[in-house]
Amino acid sequence: MKLKINGIEHELDIDTRTSLLDACRDHLGFTGSKKGCDHGQCGACTMLVNGRRINSCLTLAVMHEGDEITTIEGIGQPDKLHPMQEAFLHHDGFQCGYCTPGQIVSAVGMLGEVKDNWPSHASDNVTGDANLSSDEIRERMSGNICRCSAYPNIVDAIESASAKMKETA
Amino acid sequence: MNKHVMDEAIGETRLDRNTQGVIGKGVDRYEGKLKVSGKAPYAYEHLIGEKVAYGYVVTAPIGRAKVKSIDAMAAQSLAGVLTVVSGDEVLHSSAQPLSPAVPAMKGEILHYNQPVALVVAESFEIARQAAKLVKVEYEAKEGHYEIESRRGTGRATEEGPMPADTKRGDFEKAFAAAEVQFDQTYRTPSYQAAAMEPHASVAKWDGDQLTIWSSCQLLDLNVQQIANGIGVDPSKVRLLSPYIGGGFGSKLGIGPDAVLAALGAKAVGRPVKLALTRQNVFQATSRRGETIQRVRIGTTKDGKITCFGHESETANAEGEGFFEPSGISTVFLYPGEDRLVTHRVITTDVLTASACRAPGEATGMLATESALDELAERFGMDPVAFRKMNEPEKDPQEDLPFSSRRLLDCIDEGARRFNWADRPSKPAARREGEWLIGYGMSSASRANSLMASSAEIEMSPEGRAIVKTSMTDIGTGTYTILQQIAAEMLGLPLDHVDVLLGDTSLPESSGSGGSWGANSAGSSVYVAAEALIEEFAKRLGVEAETLTLKDGHAISGNRQIPFAEILNGDTIKVQGKIEPGDTSSNTNQASYGAHFAEVAVNATTGETRVRRLLTVGTAGRILNMKTATSQCYGGQIWGIGYALEEELVVDPRSGLIVNHDLAEYHVPVHADVPKLDVVLLEDRDPHASPLAGKGIGELAIAGVGAAINNAIYNATGARIRSYPITMDKLLSHLPDEVGEAA
Repeated sequence: MKLKINGIEHELDIDTRTSLLDACRDHLGFTGSKKGCDHGQCGACTMLVNGRRINSCLTLAVMHEGDEITTIEGIGQPDKLHPMQEAFLHHDGFQCGYCTPGQIVSAVGMLGEVKDNWPSHASDNVTGDANLSSDEIRERMSGNICRCSAYPNIVDAIESASAKMKETA
Repeated sequence: MNKHVMDEAIGETRLDRNTQGVIGKGVDRYEGKLKVSGKAPYAYEHLIGEKVAYGYVVTAPIGRAKVKSIDAMAAQSLAGVLTVVSGDEVLHSSAQPLSPAVPAMKGEILHYNQPVALVVAESFEIARQAAKLVKVEYEAKEGHYEIESRRGTGRATEEGPMPADTKRGDFEKAFAAAEVQFDQTYRTPSYQAAAMEPHASVAKWDGDQLTIWSSCQLLDLNVQQIANGIGVDPSKVRLLSPYIGGGFGSKLGIGPDAVLAALGAKAVGRPVKLALTRQNVFQATSRRGETIQRVRIGTTKDGKITCFGHESETANAEGEGFFEPSGISTVFLYPGEDRLVTHRVITTDVLTASACRAPGEATGMLATESALDELAERFGMDPVAFRKMNEPEKDPQEDLPFSSRRLLDCIDEGARRFNWADRPSKPAARREGEWLIGYGMSSASRANSLMASSAEIEMSPEGRAIVKTSMTDIGTGTYTILQQIAAEMLGLPLDHVDVLLGDTSLPESSGSGGSWGANSAGSSVYVAAEALIEEFAKRLGVEAETLTLKDGHAISGNRQIPFAEILNGDTIKVQGKIEPGDTSSNTNQASYGAHFAEVAVNATTGETRVRRLLTVGTAGRILNMKTATSQCYGGQIWGIGYALEEELVVDPRSGLIVNHDLAEYHVPVHADVPKLDVVLLEDRDPHASPLAGKGIGELAIAGVGAAINNAIYNATGARIRSYPITMDKLLSHLPDEVGEAA
């Protein structure tokens, strides 16, 4: 089968039971996405599929032929960081770093959802414009667990990156 | 090797002069760019592109039993299965951090879902399938899975992190005679560290030499444990752990994965990758033991503490000597001429209990700092005033001087910043709509320790430095602070210093644990840097003290010489070692702080939300304000978890840890955490280390849950002595008028 990851097609011959996460980590060398629970409970494996964030441990690789898959490696590289990655670095939005790729990919995906006015549990109403209050960020990012508990800095990082991304948009 | 033994207080150092201006500064993490881009390789992520095999652990669904037989025939017959490893040498849990010994199962099932075998296969999916085909026959034994019904049967062990008993005077007599007697019992449940990276190992044999990447905190001990586990000499094993996805004590001893991966790789003749599942982590590594703590405090009728008793009962498996040292802070934090601090281990057939972030303080201060709040209430005193009135001038157990103790400064500064004066003076007195509002506070303390540690600095002819040590960075910021210490000492811009960690082929180190890492490994870099400066001075024919180093130049008198000129084409390598000395025994050393919390408790449901949380701390010199603050956020948030959410539930009938994953064991998530405040006061502790710093990683968790509990009392008038304070416990205690919701 073929998987299109970060804009490049990869040929694969894998067990049909292989999750999208394991296909990337064990077969394609994209180890940036992490396995923290393998049950969709922690968010460390978050990837974007056609621009929307998903838990890649909860979906099979064979279901994604033809999809545009973005992993942390596609968000930015050490010498060319995405504004979200820069913000996590400067605001110390991580400690051990294991949940970090998932937090960053999730944050990028989340900003897309807000832009499309998807409401959340923290929204005042479900039909109006979504805004990015810190309570909204906390609610929308709660699928990404950080046991080091960098949460306050992650919220700061997302607020700062979001402002910067708007400026340059 | 150049050695510094900490026998006396350190004078002024280059770190105090801060000539390069990088020490203490909140610079970005050294390895940060790699972590935010997914390029930092954790244990499982090595040997990309090599032909490897994958492991999956077979576990025993029974609480206590003897293994009668293991039939791997069906599993072995599955296409793609390479081998099934089983036998006495399989580890039933993680190893303890205090010795090179490993917990081999030896045919016994000691706790529910312990590992019994490993399937090694061509793919993860095949190994997982085959694990279900391994048939194990058990002979069931009787097991005990809770401590409540067996109180009073505990063992006093000698293998704990502190003496089981610490006594002074005659507590019983003093308590009986005290004008006011306080006697309450508090309970804390078992907890899981639940680091985000499940324990994982990649093992590769080259002849009789094993290279293993494993997620470990104390490499120089862990390499001995691995060697013991597989029965080879430690010189045959190289252990690497350059990036660790969180430890919190759960990776102080090796996990069962390390030995299994090594045995599997040996058996199949190719490298084996094994990551524990999240369920394995909860059931086959280690946990923090549950506690029942009796706190007795005798005071004068004016509230002066005269005697202090803190007796803890906790759990561990048969033969295990480790105990949760809940009284560790009590020994020096609280006054009282007559004192009694004891720990007893009640045997249960549940997963091994071991060290977890701030062993002792994290549970003990949930009890004692609630007790102080209750006592203050009894005297009608403000908890701040009560603590100030009961501040000891010297270590009350040994009469030693405190190396530095700024607890009251932290309390005062915190009270001012938090606007503590605005606290509702009576419980259940403030209401905002359906929410009851309350304030609470607590002290924080964490005993400080310095460990032997060594490091090498290699300086290239161009004047670039590389720091090398087997030390680990578990998210604490080790890479960054070692870079800062070397840069400050040697007068180099940060980008001229690189740091290599996490490899047992590098100089032996303290490893990460007990908040000693920064002080111990950092001091070894300090000592190595001093030696390098000596070498510079010798080459320049001057005294080292007269040299000022800045931006890669040595300044002596009116000369300014670039390092490259001093080095004259040479590469210089120097090693430094720090050892604890007399200051560890002739002063009492600890970090201190104070927490202030505001909570809102829902008057109808009993749901508690933390609205504000402020921690003011002192921990000697802060090496990096940014990473130190982040450590404190971590402690505060663990405190929220311990106060309101976390509890490992064991089925008393079967021994099964019921909530063995992140869906059922509730750690705090983004939505549980408000904006937090952390303030670290300027401080310097010359007795603690050449850096004049103290441990900070575990300070902020100490006591914070009690501050939240005290705030809940202030909000509702309900005093809960069994953590976590969940809605079910609060509901029946909420004020009567609460039924008629706003």
